[in-house]
Amino acid sequence: LTYLVNSPVFQVLFFGFGWLFFMRQLFKDYEVRQYVVQVVFSITFAFSCTMFELIIFEILGTLSTASRYFHWKLNLYVILLVLIFVVPFYIGYFVVSNIRLLQRQRLLFACVVWFTFMYFFWKLGDPFPILSPKHGILSIEQLISRVGVIGVTLMALLSGFGAVNCPYTYMSYFLRNVTDSDILALERRLQQTMDMIVSKKKRIAMTRRQMYQRGEDQSKQTGFWGIIKSVTSSPSASENLSLIQQEVDALEELSRQLFLETVDLQATKERIEYSKTFQGKYFNVLGYFFSIYCVWKIFMVKFWSQHISFILVGIIIVTSIRGLLITLTKVNSAIPPSCVSPQGMYFVSSVLLIRMSMPLEYRTIVTEVLGELQFNFYHRWFDVIFLVSALSSILFLYLAHKQAPEKHMTP
Amino acid sequence: MASLDRVKVLVLGDSGVGKSSLVHLLCHNQVLGNPSWTVGCSVDVRVHDYKEGTPEEKTYYIELWDVGGSVGSASSVKSTRAVFYNSVNGIILVHDLTNKKSSQNLHRWSLEALNKDSSPTGVIVSNGDYDREQFAENPIPLLLIGTKYDQIPENKRNDVLARTAFLSEDFNAEEINLDCTNPRYFAAGSSNAVKLSRFFDKVKYFIKLAISLQATKVR
Repeated sequence: LTYLVNSPVFQVLFFGFGWLFFMRQLFKDYEVRQYVVQVVFSITFAFSCTMFELIIFEILGTLSTASRYFHWKLNLYVILLVLIFVVPFYIGYFVVSNIRLLQRQRLLFACVVWFTFMYFFWKLGDPFPILSPKHGILSIEQLISRVGVIGVTLMALLSGFGAVNCPYTYMSYFLRNVTDSDILALERRLQQTMDMIVSKKKRIAMTRRQMYQRGEDQSKQTGFWGIIKSVTSSPSASENLSLIQQEVDALEELSRQLFLETVDLQATKERIEYSKTFQGKYFNVLGYFFSIYCVWKIFMVKFWSQHISFILVGIIIVTSIRGLLITLTKVNSAIPPSCVSPQGMYFVSSVLLIRMSMPLEYRTIVTEVLGELQFNFYHRWFDVIFLVSALSSILFLYLAHKQAPEKHMTP
Repeated sequence: MASLDRVKVLVLGDSGVGKSSLVHLLCHNQVLGNPSWTVGCSVDVRVHDYKEGTPEEKTYYIELWDVGGSVGSASSVKSTRAVFYNSVNGIILVHDLTNKKSSQNLHRWSLEALNKDSSPTGVIVSNGDYDREQFAENPIPLLLIGTKYDQIPENKRNDVLARTAFLSEDFNAEEINLDCTNPRYFAAGSSNAVKLSRFFDKVKYFIKLAISLQATKVR
């Protein structure tokens, strides 16, 4: 049985799962023509899942220590290879091939971009006390440590924001009261604005046509009669035109704002309705608990929080991943490869962080595999970035919340 | 109450297919230099000469309402978009010839527009309620336009054209395939220009039909 689980079948399963997920969720409405992107994403996803799976095996004690060790090593090498070599090169290649000037020597320029990336990537290691001097240049620890820094920063930022945003979204205390008549009023204003734009544009079209028919077209001002005409005809026609055009531009900007405000109100109304349902109430309660925990975490009380924090960090990670992927689906014509790279870094650093939250006894094998990295540094770095991110999110949301109600006080 | 003073045609399609470029080309006979993402809805006016050269010649202003967004948008966006679908006289469905999904999504777009004869919050629009009952047999005229024609590789052209022919049969609509960065596709007298004129004439025909039916209803 253990051999079966070890086998490539599992890997292929995860690979296939990643592929399916990618196809269905991310690109439901759009077509992705580059198969390389799909393959790379699926590989990253598959191997990341395998890493999580290995952690669970570690805790449960399944498989022999030797085979687990082997799989850890294999996984890490593959992921690092993809993250540091394949993905940046492909991104560089894609960007370069989009710039017409460099089209000819695509490969060459992609290599240049990759070397630049590697230079900055290496430099990243200098300000941080992450290595002890006895490691060689190309050792795995060098690479992991750098990937770790990037990933930990990203994760701390996201968790900080998520920790603040999640209670804000789900707790009904923060929901502004929106009535149907508010929405109706806004929609009426939007409709009126569109009608005004239409009538002004008709006037512009009509005036232009009349000007053309009377031969006032500027390109036709030649000859004697042309000069006479340009002197005697009132200049007001074209001045009028530019005046109306300015009004139209202002109205169009207004219509866009009204549209966005209406969407916002509709979304709030839906959230209010959702909060009245059973699911909504459940999340509301969860939101209160969650916010209490987040506040607690922000002030860093280290009690027997290890076990709780392991579970909760896991939840935060999962919801952040979900939020991240949802945000990605909203980005319309995004360059597909840009989705892959942060994702991979994210997954690798998730391992590091899970290690942080894991109870002491399970840390041994992770330490053994990842070498002697300075884990304490990562913990402190995560806490700092988490704190910064959470506080700035609070500030940001407070400002946004304050600003919104005043806009809907229509006279 | 339908009236010939307003002829409203929706331009629908996925993000990035080229609706804004198309509308600009139709209204100004010029290529749009800097297309950007449409937020909400952008309207433009096309001057159309009905029965040009005949004694019945009349000039109409056709409003082209270019609605932005995608079929998979959040329901809050969809209910707000419904404001633009009031009293529509014709629909131009735009899809990207290099992107199959955009063609498939057109069915959802047409459903979204045709099912919304008034917005869910019941806004009453000043230029009339469109009475759907009377027009069960006469649906709103549709026109199918495929963009980015120049970007299809030579060997795939026939497949793409066959596919769009099926699509136009589905919608019972005329189809035009073009490249929005090239004004010659709508040059006067070209087959595309003729198809376009026919479409707008059909739109006006249905409006006149609506007016006459309403007149008989009053009596």
